[in-house]
Order: sequence, then structure tokens, then C-alpha cells
Amino acid sequence: MEGAHSQASGMGGMRAAGDLVARMQMTRRMRLKEAKEYVAGKLGCTTRDLSDPVAMEELRLEHGLGTLANTSTTRPDEPGMMEAKFNIAELLDVPINCIERFRRRARL
Amino acid sequence: MPLEPKIPTRMGDGSLVEMTRSEMRADLEAGTQLAAKKAKVPELTPDELDHLLDIYASPARFTAVDIGDEVVLSNDGTGTKHIGNRVQDLQSFEALLGVDMVELWQIDYSYKAVKTNVAHEGQSMKIAQALLTNPVQYGAMPDLGRYSAPDGPYPNWSELLPLGKIDEARRSQEAAAAALVHDIEFVADAMVEAGTDGIDLDTTGAAGDADFLAGLRACRRLREKYPWLGIEIGMASEFVLGMHGQLTFDGERLAGMWPKDQVRMVQQAGASIYGPAVNINTGKSTAWNIARAITFIKPAAEISEIPVHVNVGMGVGGVPTCVYPPADATSRASKAFVEILKIDGY
Repeated sequence: MEGAHSQASGMGGMRAAGDLVARMQMTRRMRLKEAKEYVAGKLGCTTRDLSDPVAMEELRLEHGLGTLANTSTTRPDEPGMMEAKFNIAELLDVPINCIERFRRRARL
Repeated sequence: MPLEPKIPTRMGDGSLVEMTRSEMRADLEAGTQLAAKKAKVPELTPDELDHLLDIYASPARFTAVDIGDEVVLSNDGTGTKHIGNRVQDLQSFEALLGVDMVELWQIDYSYKAVKTNVAHEGQSMKIAQALLTNPVQYGAMPDLGRYSAPDGPYPNWSELLPLGKIDEARRSQEAAAAALVHDIEFVADAMVEAGTDGIDLDTTGAAGDADFLAGLRACRRLREKYPWLGIEIGMASEFVLGMHGQLTFDGERLAGMWPKDQVRMVQQAGASIYGPAVNINTGKSTAWNIARAITFIKPAAEISEIPVHVNVGMGVGGVPTCVYPPADATSRASKAFVEILKIDGY
């Protein structure tokens, strides 16, 4: 069922920019149109690009936002998970809880 | 005169049947008329019914929204619970299904149950945050019924009410709701310390108006403490049952609220996301069910100032009540909510 929803109408998560739009809904309570426009503005792309994994691969690499490791492509020297979330927080100008705590606990 | 061709479609229990286009149109009209009458909201317009008919009267195995019209999948209850451990479950949904948020949860999906195990749940959250890029929220049900005897400490209002002990039943629900607010806050505080991005109060209102009130009060307290926190309030059904009958939030009576009023309460409490739920009638077609569900939710989607993530799965929101919902029915519900309601996610 989740697979059907994802294919029928999902933004693709971090395969594209769905995770970034979701963060704006969660932290700033933005409705979809506003959240997409905000993220697209930060990335310098169109709102349609946000669901496009091809357009977003390039932009995620450029901004260090993390990409999925898979059989054909692994990029061990690019930001992943926690590292990527540092860059996501800065790009979107939103606090990410686990990053704030990481900074404090690691005494960065 | 040639016979009208039959088109394969689904009933609310998931069974595959055949209907004509005219029969589907009649079901769409009956679904919207019933919902409009019950909730005192407008029926869907002829154009909207035509659009729904085009989506449902197609023999295609799958359907989808147009490129660029995709929405956020918040995916409450992420995972199958049978793929590796729970964090691997979340990773598989991030990597393989491409959902936009994931939710860590335990199988006893209740804040009261989580409270006894909160340190271990927090540790799992910390590990999940280290291994995922997607936002990770923590979810459970408010589940007020757990606080009544014999499972909980308060007299069982479902036993008191048939005895005519109305005041006692009300006092018991009020005491239970206060305990529930405390437990939600206790678990949420621990999850925030562990790094969560959000808290999901799922299936809110399942035990009626006191259950809904506890969710709203807990949400307001969490919002005051954590301005950045994602807080999702997903509902149990289209209608708030008046098990108490007199409870209010910001001066408004909660019993009997439909989505158009539920959303205002959820918004005022400070939630980030409102999740309306409309249950399936298994004896009616999916066309009848989708028209009914969209009619109930449309006034809420029109006035909401926060994202609306409709519950669309396994018995709610036009997806049949069955263990393995067919992709044809799921994708039609998905497309219908996005294109008619302009919703923000699922």
C-alpha cells in the first residue's frame, strides 16, 4: 500500500526533495505550496524539480544534502545522514533537533 | 440498444466487482449526498463528480497524479515490523519506497504502554536519527480507553454509562484525560531528548471527546515547550463521539465535531499537521466511499492554515478494509484526494 501511494503521488523522499519539503511542513507549519516554494527558492530550482530524482541528485550533491547509496552509486566521501542534516539545517534555516544535540554533546 | 460495458472496480472490503459507468456515477452521487446531509456541508460539484468518475471508471491497473503535483508522505506506522529490526525497517522505507518522513513506533501503539519502555524507545530514536536523512518522528495513539478499569486506574465509563451513572462516567473520563496528557508529555520529552523531529498523536479521538481533548491539551503544552517540533494529530474517524458530551477546548464543544471543526481545534492547539480520517463502509463501492470521504474533508482542506495529511490506508480514506490493499484502489484514492482536495500529504 505504501508503495502504491509513493508511486501514485509521493515526492520521493530523499531520492528527490520530499524530505526537505516535509521539514518545512513540520517545523514551520507550511502548507504544501508554500513549503515547495520555500525549498525551491533555497535551491534555486522550480517546484517541479523537487520531485524529480534526476534534477535533485545534482542539487543534493552541490549543497551536500545527502544522496542514497545504492548498488550503482556509492559516494563515501559525500555527506551522509547526520553530516547531510547539518547542511540541510543551514540551507533551510530551520533547527534540526538531533543536530543541535549532536553539536552540544560533541562540544562542537 | 447496446449494453453499457462493465468496468472492474473494488468494494470497500477490497473484493473485485464489475460496475457500469452509470452505476459508479450513481454511487458517487449517493456518497456525497449522504456525507453532505450528515455533516451539514456542501455536496461535491458536478465537475468534481465527473473528475472522480474519470478516475474510478477506468480499467487501468494503476493511476497517478500529474508530474509536479506530488505531495508529502508522512507515513504513520512506518514499516512492516518484519524486515530486520525497526530502524532497518525505517531505512528500507526511506531508500526503497521513497517516503518523505518516517515514524518510529512500537507494536503496542499507545503512549501509556510506551511510557514504561521509554528509555529503550529513546535509544532506538537516537540510532534512527544517526542512520537516516529523512525526518523521523515518534508515534503512538493517545488511546484513552487504556486508563479505564480493568486495564487502568479509573472506573470504566463504558460500564458506568449504561447504569445511568453519567456524572461518575464524566468525572472518570476527565481524570483519565489528565493522566493521558501527562503520559504523552512524558514520552514526548524523552523523544525530544533522543533527537526526534516530531511527535505523532495517531488515531486521536478513538475513545471519544475526552480522548480528543487530551490530544489537544498535550499538543498545546508541547508547542509551548518546543516551537520547532513537528506535531501531527491524526484522527480516529470522521466524527468525534460524545462519550462525555460536555468537554470543550477554547470554549468549543468537542463532541460531534466533523473535520471542518476538528481542523480548527488542531490548528489552535499548535499542531503542525492535521490528519483527517474517514472510515470505510465495506458494503459499498470504493466510488461511494471516496465521494463520501472527500465531501467530509473538503471544508477542512479549504480553511486549514496547516498541512492536511489525509489518512488513506487499510480501511480509511477510500482504501479498502483488507490486509493487502490493491494498488488499483490505493492509487485511485491517492489521485482523488490530491486532485479534488489539493491536500498537502498522506
